[in-house]
Amino acid sequence: MSKAFVAGTGMTAFGTFPDRRGRDMFAEAGLAALDDAGLEPADIDEVFYGNFVGTLAENQGHQGPLASEALGTTAPSRRVESACASSGLAVRDAVRAVRSGEADVVVAGGMERMSNMGTAGATDGLARAADDLFEIRSGVTFPAAYALMTRAYFDEFGGDREDLAHIAVKNHDNALVNDHAHLQEEITVDDVLESPEIAAPLGLYDACPISDGAAALVLLSPSYAEEHGLDTGVAITGSGHGGDTMALQDRQSLATAPATRDAAEAAYDDAGISPDDIGLVEVHDCFTIAEVLALEGLGLYSYGEAIGAARRGETCRDGTLPVNLSGGLKAKGHPVGATGAAQVAAVRNLLNGTHPRADAVDDVTVGLAHNAGGTVASAAVHVLEVAR
Amino acid sequence: MTDAHEDGYDAFLDALEAGEGYYYECSNGHALVPPRHVCPHCGDRELDQVTLPETGELVTHTTVAVPTPQFEDDAPYVTAIATFGSVKLTGILRDVDPSDVKIGQSVTVTVESAETTDERTITFHPHN
Repeated sequence: MSKAFVAGTGMTAFGTFPDRRGRDMFAEAGLAALDDAGLEPADIDEVFYGNFVGTLAENQGHQGPLASEALGTTAPSRRVESACASSGLAVRDAVRAVRSGEADVVVAGGMERMSNMGTAGATDGLARAADDLFEIRSGVTFPAAYALMTRAYFDEFGGDREDLAHIAVKNHDNALVNDHAHLQEEITVDDVLESPEIAAPLGLYDACPISDGAAALVLLSPSYAEEHGLDTGVAITGSGHGGDTMALQDRQSLATAPATRDAAEAAYDDAGISPDDIGLVEVHDCFTIAEVLALEGLGLYSYGEAIGAARRGETCRDGTLPVNLSGGLKAKGHPVGATGAAQVAAVRNLLNGTHPRADAVDDVTVGLAHNAGGTVASAAVHVLEVAR
Repeated sequence: MTDAHEDGYDAFLDALEAGEGYYYECSNGHALVPPRHVCPHCGDRELDQVTLPETGELVTHTTVAVPTPQFEDDAPYVTAIATFGSVKLTGILRDVDPSDVKIGQSVTVTVESAETTDERTITFHPHN
Protein backbone atom coordinates (compact mmCIF):
# COMPACT_ATOMS: atom_id res chain seq x y z
CA MET A 1 0.00 0.00 0.00
CA SER A 2 1.03 3.61 -0.45
CA LYS A 3 2.45 5.54 2.47
CA ALA A 4 1.48 8.75 4.25
CA PHE A 5 4.27 11.15 5.15
CA VAL A 6 4.34 12.60 8.66
CA ALA A 7 5.34 16.12 7.68
CA GLY A 8 4.65 17.83 10.98
CA THR A 9 4.17 17.10 14.67
CA GLY A 10 3.07 19.28 17.55
CA MET A 11 2.12 18.84 21.15
CA THR A 12 1.44 20.84 24.23
CA ALA A 13 3.31 20.06 27.40
CA PHE A 14 1.49 17.19 29.12
CA GLY A 15 0.56 17.93 32.73
CA THR A 16 -2.10 19.37 34.99
CA PHE A 17 -3.83 22.27 33.31
CA PRO A 18 -7.38 22.31 34.70
CA ASP A 19 -8.02 25.84 33.45
CA ARG A 20 -7.21 25.21 29.79
CA ARG A 21 -10.13 24.32 27.51
CA GLY A 22 -9.64 21.59 24.94
CA ARG A 23 -9.91 24.01 22.05
CA ASP A 24 -7.05 26.03 23.52
CA MET A 25 -4.75 23.03 23.94
CA PHE A 26 -5.60 21.54 20.52
CA ALA A 27 -4.93 24.91 18.86
CA GLU A 28 -1.44 25.01 20.36
CA ALA A 29 -0.60 21.46 19.27
CA GLY A 30 -2.24 21.65 15.85
CA LEU A 31 -0.77 25.00 14.86
CA ALA A 32 2.68 23.79 15.95
CA ALA A 33 2.23 20.75 13.70
CA LEU A 34 1.21 22.97 10.78
CA ASP A 35 4.25 25.20 11.36
CA ASP A 36 6.49 22.12 11.51
CA ALA A 37 5.07 20.99 8.16
CA GLY A 38 5.30 24.48 6.62
CA LEU A 39 1.58 24.56 5.82
CA GLU A 40 -1.32 26.93 6.43
CA PRO A 41 -4.81 26.26 7.84
CA ALA A 42 -6.32 26.66 4.36
CA ASP A 43 -4.24 23.70 3.15
CA ILE A 44 -6.07 21.24 5.46
CA ASP A 45 -8.47 18.87 3.71
CA GLU A 46 -9.78 17.03 6.75
CA VAL A 47 -9.33 16.74 10.54
CA PHE A 48 -9.51 13.56 12.67
CA TYR A 49 -9.69 14.42 16.35
CA GLY A 50 -9.39 11.92 19.18
CA ASN A 51 -11.10 12.57 22.49
CA PHE A 52 -12.51 10.29 25.18
CA VAL A 53 -14.34 11.98 28.07
CA GLY A 54 -14.93 15.48 26.66
CA THR A 55 -18.67 15.05 26.94
CA LEU A 56 -18.23 14.61 30.71
CA ALA A 57 -15.17 16.80 31.33
CA GLU A 58 -16.15 19.83 29.26
CA ASN A 59 -19.88 19.28 28.91
CA GLN A 60 -19.21 19.33 25.17
CA GLY A 61 -20.35 16.94 22.49
CA HIS A 62 -19.72 17.38 18.74
CA GLN A 63 -16.13 18.44 19.26
CA GLY A 64 -14.99 17.88 15.65
CA PRO A 65 -15.92 21.33 14.36
CA LEU A 66 -14.25 22.95 17.38
CA ALA A 67 -11.06 21.04 16.55
CA SER A 68 -11.06 22.44 13.00
CA GLU A 69 -11.82 25.96 14.23
CA ALA A 70 -8.91 25.68 16.64
CA LEU A 71 -6.68 25.12 13.59
CA GLY A 72 -8.07 28.12 11.72
CA THR A 73 -10.34 26.29 9.31
CA THR A 74 -13.83 24.91 8.92
CA ALA A 75 -12.51 21.84 7.11
CA PRO A 76 -14.64 18.74 7.70
CA SER A 77 -13.79 17.11 11.00
CA ARG A 78 -14.94 14.39 13.31
CA ARG A 79 -14.27 13.27 16.83
CA VAL A 80 -12.94 9.72 17.05
CA GLU A 81 -13.71 7.99 20.37
CA SER A 82 -12.15 4.67 21.28
CA ALA A 83 -11.20 5.35 24.90
CA CYS A 84 -7.39 5.48 25.26
CA ALA A 85 -6.98 4.45 21.60
CA SER A 86 -8.96 7.46 20.33
CA SER A 87 -6.16 9.26 18.56
CA GLY A 88 -4.31 6.13 17.47
CA LEU A 89 -7.48 5.38 15.55
CA ALA A 90 -7.78 9.00 14.44
CA VAL A 91 -4.32 8.54 12.90
CA ARG A 92 -5.45 5.31 11.27
CA ASP A 93 -8.53 6.97 9.78
CA ALA A 94 -6.35 9.83 8.55
CA VAL A 95 -3.94 7.37 6.89
CA ARG A 96 -6.89 5.72 5.18
CA ALA A 97 -8.21 9.09 3.98
CA VAL A 98 -4.82 9.89 2.43
CA ARG A 99 -4.40 6.44 0.91
CA SER A 100 -7.87 6.46 -0.59
CA GLY A 101 -6.91 9.54 -2.58
CA GLU A 102 -9.72 11.59 -1.03
CA ALA A 103 -7.38 13.87 0.92
CA ASP A 104 -3.82 15.18 0.51
CA VAL A 105 -3.36 17.13 3.75
CA VAL A 106 -4.89 15.73 6.91
CA VAL A 107 -4.49 16.68 10.55
CA ALA A 108 -4.80 13.77 12.99
CA GLY A 109 -4.54 14.38 16.69
CA GLY A 110 -6.38 14.52 19.93
CA MET A 111 -6.89 16.20 23.26
CA GLU A 112 -7.92 15.29 26.76
CA ARG A 113 -8.71 17.44 29.75
CA MET A 114 -9.28 15.47 32.93
CA SER A 115 -7.61 17.16 35.89
CA ASN A 116 -10.53 19.58 36.21
CA MET A 117 -12.71 16.56 37.15
CA GLY A 118 -10.67 15.76 40.28
CA THR A 119 -9.37 12.27 41.12
CA ALA A 120 -12.83 10.79 41.81
CA GLY A 121 -14.31 12.38 38.68
CA ALA A 122 -11.43 11.28 36.48
CA THR A 123 -11.54 7.76 37.97
CA ASP A 124 -15.24 7.70 37.12
CA GLY A 125 -14.61 9.02 33.61
CA LEU A 126 -11.79 6.58 32.87
CA ALA A 127 -13.86 3.65 34.15
CA ARG A 128 -16.20 4.30 31.18
CA ALA A 129 -13.61 2.50 29.05
CA ALA A 130 -14.79 -0.72 30.74
CA ASP A 131 -18.15 -2.49 30.30
CA ASP A 132 -20.80 -0.60 32.28
CA LEU A 133 -23.07 -3.57 32.95
CA PHE A 134 -20.57 -6.26 33.81
CA GLU A 135 -17.49 -4.39 35.01
CA ILE A 136 -18.18 -0.86 36.27
CA ARG A 137 -21.27 -2.04 38.18
CA SER A 138 -19.11 -4.73 39.80
CA GLY A 139 -16.70 -2.14 41.13
CA VAL A 140 -14.11 -2.34 38.36
CA THR A 141 -12.14 0.88 38.04
CA PHE A 142 -9.66 1.26 35.21
CA PRO A 143 -6.67 0.47 37.44
CA ALA A 144 -8.66 -2.48 38.83
CA ALA A 145 -9.13 -3.89 35.33
CA TYR A 146 -5.37 -3.85 34.74
CA ALA A 147 -4.80 -5.23 38.23
CA LEU A 148 -7.04 -8.18 37.33
CA MET A 149 -4.89 -8.75 34.23
CA THR A 150 -1.69 -8.36 36.27
CA ARG A 151 -2.70 -11.04 38.76
CA ALA A 152 -3.78 -13.34 35.92
CA TYR A 153 -0.43 -12.76 34.18
CA PHE A 154 1.61 -13.54 37.31
CA ASP A 155 -0.48 -16.70 37.78
CA GLU A 156 -0.08 -17.85 34.18
CA PHE A 157 3.49 -16.79 33.35
CA GLY A 158 5.19 -15.78 36.60
CA GLY A 159 6.89 -12.48 37.36
CA ASP A 160 6.39 -10.09 40.23
CA ARG A 161 5.91 -6.48 41.24
CA GLU A 162 9.64 -5.85 41.15
CA ASP A 163 9.78 -6.81 37.47
CA LEU A 164 7.03 -4.25 36.85
CA ALA A 165 8.79 -1.62 38.95
CA HIS A 166 11.77 -1.72 36.58
CA ILE A 167 9.44 -0.67 33.76
CA ALA A 168 8.31 2.39 35.72
CA VAL A 169 11.89 3.30 36.62
CA LYS A 170 13.01 2.99 32.97
CA ASN A 171 10.20 5.12 31.61
CA HIS A 172 10.69 7.83 34.23
CA ASP A 173 14.38 7.89 33.38
CA ASN A 174 13.63 8.25 29.68
CA ALA A 175 11.38 11.26 30.38
CA LEU A 176 14.03 13.21 32.26
CA VAL A 177 15.11 15.09 29.12
CA ASN A 178 11.60 15.39 27.62
CA ASP A 179 10.41 18.86 28.49
CA HIS A 180 6.88 18.03 27.33
CA ALA A 181 6.64 15.21 29.87
CA HIS A 182 4.20 15.36 32.78
CA LEU A 183 6.60 13.70 35.23
CA GLN A 184 10.28 14.60 35.02
CA GLU A 185 11.30 12.83 38.17
CA GLU A 186 13.83 10.08 38.75
CA ILE A 187 12.38 7.18 40.75
CA THR A 188 13.75 3.95 42.21
CA VAL A 189 12.43 0.40 42.32
CA ASP A 190 11.75 0.88 46.04
CA ASP A 191 9.73 4.04 45.33
CA VAL A 192 7.46 1.98 43.09
CA LEU A 193 7.19 -0.96 45.48
CA GLU A 194 6.42 1.34 48.42
CA SER A 195 3.92 3.59 46.61
CA PRO A 196 0.33 3.50 47.91
CA GLU A 197 -1.79 0.68 46.54
CA ILE A 198 -4.54 1.81 44.16
CA ALA A 199 -5.73 -1.60 43.01
CA ALA A 200 -3.57 -4.41 44.37
CA PRO A 201 -1.15 -5.60 43.13
CA LEU A 202 -0.78 -2.25 41.34
CA GLY A 203 0.49 0.79 43.22
CA LEU A 204 0.37 4.46 42.37
CA TYR A 205 3.77 4.33 40.63
CA ASP A 206 2.63 1.46 38.41
CA ALA A 207 0.09 3.87 36.94
CA CYS A 208 0.38 6.72 34.49
CA PRO A 209 -0.71 10.12 35.81
CA ILE A 210 -4.04 11.78 35.01
CA SER A 211 -2.89 14.29 32.40
CA ASP A 212 -4.19 17.15 30.33
CA GLY A 213 -2.75 17.91 26.91
CA ALA A 214 -3.01 17.72 23.14
CA ALA A 215 -1.01 16.34 20.23
CA ALA A 216 -1.32 16.61 16.46
CA LEU A 217 0.26 15.33 13.25
CA VAL A 218 0.12 16.58 9.68
CA LEU A 219 -0.08 13.68 7.23
CA LEU A 220 0.51 14.14 3.50
CA SER A 221 -0.06 12.11 0.39
CA PRO A 222 3.20 11.33 -1.46
CA SER A 223 2.07 13.27 -4.54
CA TYR A 224 1.24 16.42 -2.55
CA ALA A 225 4.47 16.24 -0.54
CA GLU A 226 6.59 15.92 -3.67
CA GLU A 227 4.71 18.58 -5.62
CA HIS A 228 5.12 21.13 -2.79
CA GLY A 229 8.64 20.14 -1.74
CA LEU A 230 7.57 19.22 1.83
CA ASP A 231 9.21 16.97 4.44
CA THR A 232 9.37 13.38 3.19
CA GLY A 233 11.81 12.14 5.80
CA VAL A 234 9.51 9.75 7.68
CA ALA A 235 6.37 7.96 6.53
CA ILE A 236 3.70 5.75 8.04
CA THR A 237 4.07 2.59 5.99
CA GLY A 238 1.85 0.22 7.94
CA SER A 239 -1.38 0.56 9.89
CA GLY A 240 -3.43 -2.03 11.76
CA HIS A 241 -6.45 -2.15 14.04
CA GLY A 242 -7.47 -5.06 16.25
CA GLY A 243 -10.55 -5.70 18.37
CA ASP A 244 -11.64 -7.92 21.25
CA THR A 245 -14.60 -8.32 23.59
CA MET A 246 -15.21 -5.30 25.79
CA ALA A 247 -15.34 -7.15 29.11
CA LEU A 248 -12.44 -9.19 30.46
CA GLN A 249 -14.84 -11.91 31.60
CA ASP A 250 -15.64 -12.77 27.98
CA ARG A 251 -12.01 -13.49 27.06
CA GLN A 252 -10.37 -16.86 27.08
CA SER A 253 -7.09 -15.49 28.47
CA LEU A 254 -6.81 -12.53 30.85
CA ALA A 255 -3.03 -12.43 30.47
CA THR A 256 -2.65 -11.68 26.77
CA ALA A 257 -3.81 -8.98 24.33
CA PRO A 258 -5.10 -10.59 21.11
CA ALA A 259 -6.28 -7.22 19.73
CA THR A 260 -2.67 -6.01 19.83
CA ARG A 261 -1.53 -9.17 18.06
CA ASP A 262 -4.16 -8.71 15.32
CA ALA A 263 -3.34 -5.01 14.87
CA ALA A 264 0.37 -5.75 14.72
CA GLU A 265 0.05 -8.56 12.19
CA ALA A 266 -2.02 -6.29 9.95
CA ALA A 267 0.46 -3.41 10.29
CA TYR A 268 3.51 -5.64 9.62
CA ASP A 269 1.82 -7.14 6.58
CA ASP A 270 0.84 -3.66 5.37
CA ALA A 271 4.40 -2.36 5.72
CA GLY A 272 6.01 -5.57 4.46
CA ILE A 273 8.18 -5.91 7.57
CA SER A 274 8.63 -8.42 10.39
CA PRO A 275 9.09 -7.71 14.12
CA ASP A 276 12.83 -8.28 13.69
CA ASP A 277 13.09 -5.15 11.53
CA ILE A 278 11.88 -2.84 14.32
CA GLY A 279 14.47 -0.80 16.21
CA LEU A 280 12.36 1.30 18.57
CA VAL A 281 8.81 1.22 19.90
CA GLU A 282 6.43 3.45 21.80
CA VAL A 283 3.85 1.22 23.48
CA HIS A 284 0.75 1.85 25.55
CA ASP A 285 2.01 1.64 29.15
CA CYS A 286 -0.97 3.10 31.01
CA PHE A 287 0.08 0.67 33.74
CA THR A 288 3.42 -1.13 33.97
CA ILE A 289 1.80 -4.48 33.09
CA ALA A 290 0.42 -2.92 29.89
CA GLU A 291 3.94 -2.53 28.49
CA VAL A 292 4.45 -6.28 29.02
CA LEU A 293 1.15 -7.21 27.36
CA ALA A 294 2.00 -4.89 24.45
CA LEU A 295 5.50 -6.22 23.77
CA GLU A 296 4.21 -9.81 23.77
CA GLY A 297 1.15 -8.98 21.65
CA LEU A 298 3.39 -7.20 19.14
CA GLY A 299 5.43 -10.37 18.72
CA LEU A 300 8.59 -8.63 19.99
CA TYR A 301 8.71 -11.10 22.90
CA SER A 302 7.25 -14.56 23.42
CA TYR A 303 4.40 -14.83 25.92
CA GLY A 304 5.79 -14.77 29.45
CA GLU A 305 9.15 -13.24 28.40
CA ALA A 306 8.54 -9.47 28.37
CA ILE A 307 7.87 -9.24 32.12
CA GLY A 308 11.63 -9.29 32.81
CA ALA A 309 12.73 -7.23 29.79
CA ALA A 310 13.24 -3.93 31.61
CA ARG A 311 14.83 -5.64 34.61
CA ARG A 312 17.33 -7.30 32.24
CA GLY A 313 17.98 -3.93 30.59
CA GLU A 314 16.87 -5.04 27.13
CA THR A 315 14.20 -2.35 26.74
CA CYS A 316 16.32 0.41 28.28
CA ARG A 317 17.95 3.16 26.20
CA ASP A 318 21.13 1.17 25.65
CA GLY A 319 19.34 -2.17 25.33
CA THR A 320 18.57 -4.28 22.30
CA LEU A 321 15.12 -2.69 21.79
CA PRO A 322 14.53 0.71 23.40
CA VAL A 323 10.90 0.95 24.55
CA ASN A 324 9.15 4.22 25.38
CA LEU A 325 12.09 6.57 24.93
CA SER A 326 9.59 9.43 25.26
CA GLY A 327 8.85 8.34 28.83
CA GLY A 328 5.74 6.49 27.72
CA LEU A 329 2.33 7.15 29.18
CA LYS A 330 3.88 6.40 32.57
CA ALA A 331 6.08 9.49 32.70
CA LYS A 332 5.36 11.55 29.59
CA GLY A 333 1.73 11.48 30.72
CA HIS A 334 -1.54 10.18 29.34
CA PRO A 335 -4.03 12.79 28.19
CA VAL A 336 -6.14 9.92 26.90
CA GLY A 337 -7.42 11.32 23.61
CA ALA A 338 -4.01 12.78 22.71
CA THR A 339 -1.90 9.73 23.49
CA GLY A 340 -2.03 7.78 20.21
CA ALA A 341 -1.05 10.82 18.15
CA ALA A 342 1.68 11.76 20.64
CA GLN A 343 3.15 8.25 20.32
CA VAL A 344 3.31 8.52 16.52
CA ALA A 345 4.82 12.00 16.89
CA ALA A 346 7.49 10.61 19.22
CA VAL A 347 8.40 7.79 16.82
CA ARG A 348 8.62 10.19 13.88
CA ASN A 349 10.85 12.57 15.85
CA LEU A 350 13.03 9.73 17.15
CA LEU A 351 13.50 8.52 13.57
CA ASN A 352 14.30 11.95 12.11
CA GLY A 353 16.65 12.91 14.91
CA THR A 354 14.65 15.78 16.42
CA HIS A 355 13.53 14.03 19.63
CA PRO A 356 15.61 14.68 22.77
CA ARG A 357 16.23 10.90 23.06
CA ALA A 358 17.02 10.41 19.36
CA ASP A 359 20.72 9.89 20.08
CA ALA A 360 19.86 6.47 21.56
CA VAL A 361 18.54 5.25 18.21
CA ASP A 362 20.53 7.15 15.58
CA ASP A 363 20.95 4.11 13.33
CA VAL A 364 17.33 2.94 13.55
CA THR A 365 15.14 3.26 10.45
CA VAL A 366 11.96 1.42 11.47
CA GLY A 367 9.82 2.29 14.51
CA LEU A 368 6.41 1.35 15.83
CA ALA A 369 3.63 3.02 17.82
CA HIS A 370 1.09 0.94 19.76
CA ASN A 371 -2.04 2.47 21.27
CA ALA A 372 -4.63 0.50 23.25
CA GLY A 373 -8.20 1.26 24.25
CA GLY A 374 -9.89 -0.10 27.37
CA THR A 375 -8.34 -3.36 28.48
CA VAL A 376 -7.13 -3.69 24.88
CA ALA A 377 -10.57 -4.24 23.39
CA SER A 378 -9.21 -1.82 20.77
CA ALA A 379 -5.64 -1.61 19.54
CA ALA A 380 -4.02 0.57 16.89
CA VAL A 381 -0.53 -0.14 15.56
CA HIS A 382 1.46 2.03 13.17
CA VAL A 383 4.80 1.27 11.52
CA LEU A 384 6.93 4.29 10.63
CA GLU A 385 10.00 4.19 8.41
CA VAL A 386 12.72 6.57 7.38
CA ALA A 387 11.95 7.16 3.72
CA ARG A 388 14.49 5.67 1.34
CA MET B 1 -27.55 5.23 36.49
CA THR B 2 -31.32 5.28 36.34
CA ASP B 3 -34.17 3.34 37.86
CA ALA B 4 -35.20 2.09 34.44
CA HIS B 5 -35.47 -1.64 33.95
CA GLU B 6 -32.95 -2.91 31.43
CA ASP B 7 -34.14 -5.84 29.37
CA GLY B 8 -32.02 -8.95 29.68
CA TYR B 9 -29.63 -7.58 32.28
CA ASP B 10 -32.20 -7.07 35.06
CA ALA B 11 -33.80 -10.44 34.37
CA PHE B 12 -30.35 -11.98 34.72
CA LEU B 13 -29.79 -10.23 38.07
CA ASP B 14 -33.29 -11.29 39.24
CA ALA B 15 -32.42 -14.90 38.46
CA LEU B 16 -29.03 -14.69 40.21
CA GLU B 17 -30.71 -13.18 43.25
CA ALA B 18 -33.30 -15.98 43.32
CA GLY B 19 -30.55 -18.59 43.13
CA GLU B 20 -31.65 -19.52 39.63
CA GLY B 21 -28.69 -18.15 37.69
CA TYR B 22 -28.23 -19.04 34.05
CA TYR B 23 -26.03 -18.27 31.11
CA TYR B 24 -26.08 -18.79 27.36
CA GLU B 25 -24.09 -21.26 25.37
CA CYS B 26 -23.79 -21.15 21.58
CA SER B 27 -23.59 -24.25 19.34
CA ASN B 28 -19.81 -23.97 19.36
CA GLY B 29 -19.64 -24.08 23.14
CA HIS B 30 -18.91 -20.40 23.81
CA ALA B 31 -20.35 -19.35 27.19
CA LEU B 32 -21.97 -15.92 27.43
CA VAL B 33 -23.71 -13.73 29.98
CA PRO B 34 -27.00 -12.12 28.90
CA PRO B 35 -28.11 -9.87 27.30
CA ARG B 36 -26.97 -11.30 23.95
CA HIS B 37 -28.57 -11.82 20.57
CA VAL B 38 -25.58 -13.56 19.06
CA CYS B 39 -22.22 -15.05 20.07
CA PRO B 40 -19.45 -12.44 19.66
CA HIS B 41 -16.85 -15.16 19.24
CA CYS B 42 -18.37 -16.98 16.26
CA GLY B 43 -21.56 -15.20 15.17
CA ASP B 44 -23.78 -18.12 16.11
CA ARG B 45 -27.38 -17.15 16.90
CA GLU B 46 -28.39 -20.45 18.50
CA LEU B 47 -28.01 -19.56 22.16
CA ASP B 48 -29.19 -22.16 24.66
CA GLN B 49 -29.98 -21.17 28.22
CA VAL B 50 -27.89 -23.24 30.63
CA THR B 51 -28.12 -23.47 34.44
CA LEU B 52 -25.30 -21.65 36.22
CA PRO B 53 -23.29 -23.96 38.52
CA GLU B 54 -23.77 -23.12 42.19
CA THR B 55 -20.09 -22.58 42.87
CA GLY B 56 -17.32 -20.97 40.90
CA GLU B 57 -13.56 -20.60 41.13
CA LEU B 58 -11.65 -17.31 41.26
CA VAL B 59 -9.45 -16.73 38.22
CA THR B 60 -8.16 -13.31 39.26
CA HIS B 61 -8.85 -10.59 41.83
CA THR B 62 -7.85 -7.11 42.97
CA THR B 63 -8.40 -4.98 46.05
CA VAL B 64 -9.62 -1.54 45.04
CA ALA B 65 -8.37 1.30 47.25
CA VAL B 66 -9.29 4.17 44.93
CA PRO B 67 -12.92 3.67 43.82
CA THR B 68 -15.29 5.47 41.49
CA PRO B 69 -17.81 7.70 43.34
CA GLN B 70 -20.42 4.90 43.05
CA PHE B 71 -18.32 2.71 45.38
CA GLU B 72 -16.86 5.40 47.63
CA ASP B 73 -18.20 3.88 50.88
CA ASP B 74 -17.47 0.30 49.76
CA ALA B 75 -13.70 0.82 49.42
CA PRO B 76 -11.45 -0.92 50.05
CA TYR B 77 -13.19 -3.89 48.45
CA VAL B 78 -12.23 -6.97 46.46
CA THR B 79 -13.37 -7.24 42.84
CA ALA B 80 -12.82 -10.62 41.23
CA ILE B 81 -13.52 -12.66 38.12
CA ALA B 82 -14.73 -16.20 38.80
CA THR B 83 -15.46 -19.03 36.40
CA PHE B 84 -18.67 -20.98 36.89
CA GLY B 85 -18.20 -23.98 34.68
CA SER B 86 -17.38 -22.41 31.32
CA VAL B 87 -18.77 -18.91 31.97
CA LYS B 88 -16.94 -16.13 33.78
CA LEU B 89 -18.59 -13.47 35.98
CA THR B 90 -17.19 -10.30 37.53
CA GLY B 91 -18.32 -9.34 41.01
CA ILE B 92 -17.45 -7.97 44.42
CA LEU B 93 -16.16 -10.58 46.86
CA ARG B 94 -17.47 -10.02 50.39
CA ASP B 95 -16.80 -11.58 53.79
CA VAL B 96 -13.09 -12.02 53.20
CA ASP B 97 -9.85 -10.49 54.40
CA PRO B 98 -8.35 -9.15 51.14
CA SER B 99 -4.95 -10.59 52.05
CA ASP B 100 -6.46 -14.10 52.23
CA VAL B 101 -8.00 -14.10 48.75
CA LYS B 102 -6.47 -16.70 46.44
CA ILE B 103 -6.81 -17.62 42.78
CA GLY B 104 -8.61 -20.97 42.65
CA GLN B 105 -10.71 -20.19 45.73
CA SER B 106 -14.30 -21.48 45.61
CA VAL B 107 -17.13 -18.90 45.68
CA THR B 108 -20.91 -18.63 45.39
CA VAL B 109 -22.68 -15.80 43.57
CA THR B 110 -25.70 -13.67 44.39
CA VAL B 111 -26.89 -10.09 44.05
CA GLU B 112 -26.52 -7.59 46.89
CA SER B 113 -26.69 -3.82 47.25
CA ALA B 114 -23.58 -1.70 47.01
CA GLU B 115 -23.04 0.24 50.24
CA THR B 116 -22.64 3.60 48.55
CA THR B 117 -25.53 3.69 46.11
CA ASP B 118 -27.77 0.77 47.01
CA GLU B 119 -27.44 -0.34 43.36
CA ARG B 120 -27.72 -4.08 42.71
CA THR B 121 -24.26 -5.58 42.39
CA ILE B 122 -23.10 -9.08 41.45
CA THR B 123 -21.59 -10.35 44.69
CA PHE B 124 -19.43 -13.38 45.52
CA HIS B 125 -19.04 -15.09 48.89
CA PRO B 126 -16.41 -17.64 49.87
CA HIS B 127 -17.70 -21.23 49.65
CA ASN B 128 -16.33 -23.58 52.24
